[in-house]
Amino acid sequence: MTAQIILQAVITGLLMGLIYALIASGLSLIFGLMEIVNFAHGEHLMLAMFTSFWLWALLGLDPIVSIPITILVLAFCGVVTHYFLIRYILKAKMLVQICATFGLAIFIRSFAQFLWTPDFRNISKPMLEGRIEISGIFIGQPQFTASIVCLLAFIGLYWFVTKTETGLALQATSQDRQAAEILGVPSNRMFALGWGIGLGCVAIAGSMMSSYFYIFPDVGINFSLFAFVAVALGGFGSILGCLYAGIIIGLVESLGGLLIDPSYKLLYVFAIYLLVVIFKPQGIFGRY
Amino acid sequence: MSDLNLAKQEPVFNTNKKMTFVILSFLAFLILLPLIGPSKFLLHLMIMIFMHAVISQSWNIIGGFSGQISLGHGAFFGIGAYVSSFLYVEFGLTPWIGIIFGIIICAIIAILIGIPMLRLSGHYFAIATLLIGISFQIIFQRWELVGAASGLWVPLTSEDSIYAMQFHGSKVPYYYLFLIFFVIIFFIAWIINRSKLGYRLRAVRDDAQAAQSLGIDIAKYKIIAFAISAMMMAPMGSLFAQYILIIDPDRMFNFEISIIALLITVLGGIGYVWGPLIGTIILIPLAEYARIFFGGTGGAVDLMVYGIVLMIICIFRPSGIISFLPSNILHRKKMR
Repeated sequence: MTAQIILQAVITGLLMGLIYALIASGLSLIFGLMEIVNFAHGEHLMLAMFTSFWLWALLGLDPIVSIPITILVLAFCGVVTHYFLIRYILKAKMLVQICATFGLAIFIRSFAQFLWTPDFRNISKPMLEGRIEISGIFIGQPQFTASIVCLLAFIGLYWFVTKTETGLALQATSQDRQAAEILGVPSNRMFALGWGIGLGCVAIAGSMMSSYFYIFPDVGINFSLFAFVAVALGGFGSILGCLYAGIIIGLVESLGGLLIDPSYKLLYVFAIYLLVVIFKPQGIFGRY
Repeated sequence: MSDLNLAKQEPVFNTNKKMTFVILSFLAFLILLPLIGPSKFLLHLMIMIFMHAVISQSWNIIGGFSGQISLGHGAFFGIGAYVSSFLYVEFGLTPWIGIIFGIIICAIIAILIGIPMLRLSGHYFAIATLLIGISFQIIFQRWELVGAASGLWVPLTSEDSIYAMQFHGSKVPYYYLFLIFFVIIFFIAWIINRSKLGYRLRAVRDDAQAAQSLGIDIAKYKIIAFAISAMMMAPMGSLFAQYILIIDPDRMFNFEISIIALLITVLGGIGYVWGPLIGTIILIPLAEYARIFFGGTGGAVDLMVYGIVLMIICIFRPSGIISFLPSNILHRKKMR
């Protein structure tokens, strides 16, 4: 165990953490807006990965080239989800909300399994391949690019939410729905927008990952679990918190795997979740 | 007279005669059913109905009565299955006693998990149970003592054996086993529903702050509900292990068990004693026939149906199918 191996693990964790952060920020945005946890978040990620897979398999588009298309597909998916499912359960009890998005998750996952079988697929010869070596530390090129793109997307999202007028309207809706409506912010459309943006984030993460990850119907489960943990860690509804939380999770995952036992990676992350929600339920970082 | 006094006057076992008659004749029908020589498939279907009714009743105790949504309840099913099978495989202890050990261990685990976790509420609790359910699967997949990923191999007896709880010739003994547990557990749920415990749990569910200000220890009652719920889940795991005699982590800690417990309860009517039964009677035959009909092609068709049903119920009838019944059956009449 040298310093080099530890540094390698830290970098791997950091790169993964940035992706987790982007996925979690989509979840956090949706929760902040309407207090609904999207239990189908991982399944939407899976859809994004499959979209870029099929764009590659059928049209020969590289995942990086097809990012805009994937974003549009997923954003459309989000708006449809809002108008056909979420709209009806906005005022329902939390139990109903959990069950509804959970039902959506089961449906999407099994529908993908039905259409595309549970086989593992991958995109062969993507544009980004190989790895860079910097003084003995290896960084996969697709991983590196994915993290950078996710970080940029995250910064873009943060800028959008805090600086633009639409973003401020989103924040206003999330803080006080009725007051925002009185001031002329149509909350229903804001919710649809929130779902569109939230799933757009997932689309970026999904299409970046599709060039180096296996793609199969169950792929989203672990990512959605990590996203839940990240959102709880960062404080439900806080977008900036997601960034820190995502990085913490990535580091815990890779360092825990290196120092203790890699087969229990998930458990370390779960342990963090339990510790945080029990001792600091509002999350380490505040809201917005 | 105040409502409280009315409630005190009313005995626990007071049901109207019509309902008692219906329930008793239904029970008699279930007891006599194997005598008319039903097919193996019908017996299997009935066994599945009993099992899922109990699983969802168990979920109903924590999810319906006390309002805490558990998404990882399958863990207790798996633990129940593993405990009884492990004791039989390693020590030759009869599953009859193994079941009791399973119940005790599940109760202990539920209390240990419940003490920190039931302070959480809402989404936090739901996500935490989801994580715990998956954690148990991961642990059992890698735990060498219980056979890791390949699971436990139960030695088969050459003949039917009551001691080993293995019946190879006919499904009838299994039918009665599941029936007994079904009746006992529904009876317990029915009593809980009408007892002080049930009222307190519902008070915690409906308004935790008001309940607390009335002197109800919220955390304590949530933990009690969680433990009871786990104790109901455990024997079903043990019996199911005896029924299929293959114990591996993927089957016993299957996520589907947690899903279906929630789905049946929400479908039938959450928070009602008979909700899970109604949900089971509708959903399980549907799922079993769908599995036969589409068998081998997609595999996930039944799950797809579950997902759609769950969304439709949430949109159109969140109170479940039981709410279509007239209210004089659902709620007890006030004594005047």
